[in-house]
Amino acid sequence: MGSGSSTPHHFVLQKAESAFKAAVLIQRWYRRYIARLEMRRRCTWSIFQSIEYAGQQDQVKLHDFFSYLVDHFTPSSHNERDFLSCMFTEKRLLKDPEMEKYCDYESIEVPDYYTGPHVSFPLLPDHATALVEAFKQKKQLHARYVVNILHEARNHLIQLPNINRISTCYSEEITVCGDLHGQLDDLIFIFYKNGLPSPERSYVFNGDFVDRGKGSIEILMILFAFMLVYPKEFHLNRGNHEDHIVNLRYGFTKEVMHKYKVHGKKILKMLQEVFCWLPLATLIDGKVLIIHGGISDKTNLELLEKLERHKIISTMKYTKKPEKEKLVEESRSSSPWFPLKSRSVPSSPLRLSPQKGSRSASIPCSFIPNRKEISKRVRKSVQLELEKCRQQVGVSEFKVQEELPLLPPESELDSCDLEGVNYEEWKQVADILWSDPMPQEGCKANTARGEGCYFGPNVTEQMLQRHNLQFLIRSHECKPEGYEFCHNRKVLTIFSASNYYEVGSNRGAYVKLGRDLIPHIVQYQANRATHTLTMRQRISRVEESALRALREKLFAHSSSLLGAFKSYDLDGTNFITLSDWSAAVESVLHLGLPWRVLRPQLVTHTTNNMLEYKSWLNDLAKEQLSHENIQSSLLEVLYRNRSNLETIFRIIDSDHSGLISFDEFRQIWKLFSSHMNIDISDESICDLARSIDFNKDGNIDINEFLEAFRLVEQSYLEDKDSELKTSETSDSSCSSQGIH
Amino acid sequence: MGLQEIQKKIKDAFEVFDHESNDTVDVREIGTIIRSLGCCPSEGELHDLIAEVEEEEPTGYIRLEKFLPMMVKVLLERRYRPIPEDLLLQAFEVLDAAKEGFLTKEELMKYMTEEGEPFTQEEMEEMLSAALDPETNTIQYRDYLAMMVIDEN
Repeated sequence: MGSGSSTPHHFVLQKAESAFKAAVLIQRWYRRYIARLEMRRRCTWSIFQSIEYAGQQDQVKLHDFFSYLVDHFTPSSHNERDFLSCMFTEKRLLKDPEMEKYCDYESIEVPDYYTGPHVSFPLLPDHATALVEAFKQKKQLHARYVVNILHEARNHLIQLPNINRISTCYSEEITVCGDLHGQLDDLIFIFYKNGLPSPERSYVFNGDFVDRGKGSIEILMILFAFMLVYPKEFHLNRGNHEDHIVNLRYGFTKEVMHKYKVHGKKILKMLQEVFCWLPLATLIDGKVLIIHGGISDKTNLELLEKLERHKIISTMKYTKKPEKEKLVEESRSSSPWFPLKSRSVPSSPLRLSPQKGSRSASIPCSFIPNRKEISKRVRKSVQLELEKCRQQVGVSEFKVQEELPLLPPESELDSCDLEGVNYEEWKQVADILWSDPMPQEGCKANTARGEGCYFGPNVTEQMLQRHNLQFLIRSHECKPEGYEFCHNRKVLTIFSASNYYEVGSNRGAYVKLGRDLIPHIVQYQANRATHTLTMRQRISRVEESALRALREKLFAHSSSLLGAFKSYDLDGTNFITLSDWSAAVESVLHLGLPWRVLRPQLVTHTTNNMLEYKSWLNDLAKEQLSHENIQSSLLEVLYRNRSNLETIFRIIDSDHSGLISFDEFRQIWKLFSSHMNIDISDESICDLARSIDFNKDGNIDINEFLEAFRLVEQSYLEDKDSELKTSETSDSSCSSQGIH
Repeated sequence: MGLQEIQKKIKDAFEVFDHESNDTVDVREIGTIIRSLGCCPSEGELHDLIAEVEEEEPTGYIRLEKFLPMMVKVLLERRYRPIPEDLLLQAFEVLDAAKEGFLTKEELMKYMTEEGEPFTQEEMEEMLSAALDPETNTIQYRDYLAMMVIDEN
């Protein structure tokens, strides 16, 4: 069709059309590819966050467990009672002369062969810079200097108010940095990119300097050094991780003990006294409020300014029951030890009251005022309960006394003093350090973290108006871009630990404010490797990591999963639908993840859209187990609870010696297993303990014990293979692979 | 797949972007959701779909209760199926005027940012980061496709 003259025109049109169509096709295809990547990225993020918060919840549960023990435990024997008091007695270094003795760094000798940096006072800018350089070269600061710096830091911090007021009049610009979490590379990068602190260059570090990363102590040393050198220009806020209880779980305690084998304990003790003196907030020009977590609808700056912040050693939650009797009622119907078996944490702290006494300050507990009256009444019935479960659990090796068990002296029980700080004040601080913003209006308890609140845009608005502020800067939450505005740009989250979850997971950022108080954000990613990866590669890598973590969690719940799957397979066909798989997994893990979206990554072999669940669980186990000679159900339980176990062990090992006796180990295990509802026979525990006690001296190195169950190849384990094998053959009940 | 399963699948994907947990998502994320559910609409088709589920007075948000039935229909009718590999290859070949088996960087950029439903600069950079062979500064589209296909599966 068409005449000769229109043919070339027609041809050109056709060609243009087909080029157009081809382009659309390619673009369509590519956009879909990117969308799928984006979905994967979001899911990966959810995985990391939910696992992180689930860990947080465990921590709170653990804490509840200890509080409960202290409240109710009536040891049936002298041994038990002593053991428990040992567990909780950590006298607080309140008195100054004691403190002075503890900070005695002068007696610590620095050997001649020490090649690390030296520090002398008064500290000069060069010293601080030298520290940064030394740490860049992986040198370690000698314990003497660490203690010295901590001592001076504390002296300085004591003079500071709760809310640090600074101004842009003095220095041209102020740089605010968020969480660093022990990632020394990021701090070094910030100083490299933005410049070292100076009278013209102010810095505010908004908490969470430690835990998780491997350079926590080095970061602290650098930050404290600069704070001492430039007291007017260098400012620190307290974060929720500047807390020794949180440190027990999240790695800082471990790092210190590992790097400072002789003086670590001293350093840790001193840190408790330094962290509590960190200011709670910083206020720039009276207009920009910087706090680590957030606010609540009750946040009151006047109250915050007046309270004695150093009395709040830890902001970890301590639950309290409304009345003792109610608790006994509940305890009868469900678990004898601890009524709250569900994953959810109580949504609001129950009624609390002032504390008295001098016991462990490390675990704040609270008691109702008329406890003495009620307690006698209640004690009897509680004892009955406890006797029952003690028998269940087999704590019968302790001699059961004929008479009513003696209670620890009242002074011990009415313990944990937050003298001079009432609940309201404690909550003000907890809210500042733990809260997160949410898009919805209102203010509700932060169930993900177990502390603080979720606060909405109206809460922010009210706060700003009440105190005539312009906006808030906070940290506390990891953001893919290192920062995020919300609440109509009135709240800025700034997070400075890049690659926090995994290499490539997120950028870090810091914000600069000049006289105009307009925020200028700078982003970075402190790992060159990520720059050379394509988006797909970056996402895949982070995703791999997230999925690995998720599979570990799935494995740790194998038994419960099996039960859940079976409930969907009533005919015993050994198959379930993929839909049922999703429902079952959520019902066991409670992570709130989009399982149907994740499923293709987690379930790879299906027949007719049905899953043979037993072999799926077996595949999981195969992947996770590196040594078949370890009883897998035991492994599963230990694995699920390994971070809890470690925390408990560290608390019990109160002299931080790294050793606990055989007996202590068994006692701990019994208390712990009955609380966590673990069903493991005594014999298995004994066998296990025996096989790990290699030198047979009745002592177990905590680290060795935990290492034994890590899924990383440990060379010593290969040596001990033969010993482990012999213990395995003696216990036939659990010798097959996990699934029965 | 039963109707219920389809609905649950859609809800799960929707929830990933429901940041306020109130069964709404930002309209700008709808494309990602639809595509992650297996569909491959063009931008134009996407706009039509959005128009179907938007509020009378657009709020910038799409509600699940409107999205769900529409999406169910799309999935049941198997609309906007993904593009078969050979068709994609043909598309590249059409653009490869000289029939040399590759496109220069400039050629690809021109087509992708000026023809069809143009890429943004970000999209263009992203595609180049994976597709461009830095040594020759060309896009060996056969290899590129092969790699992408493996990645998809």
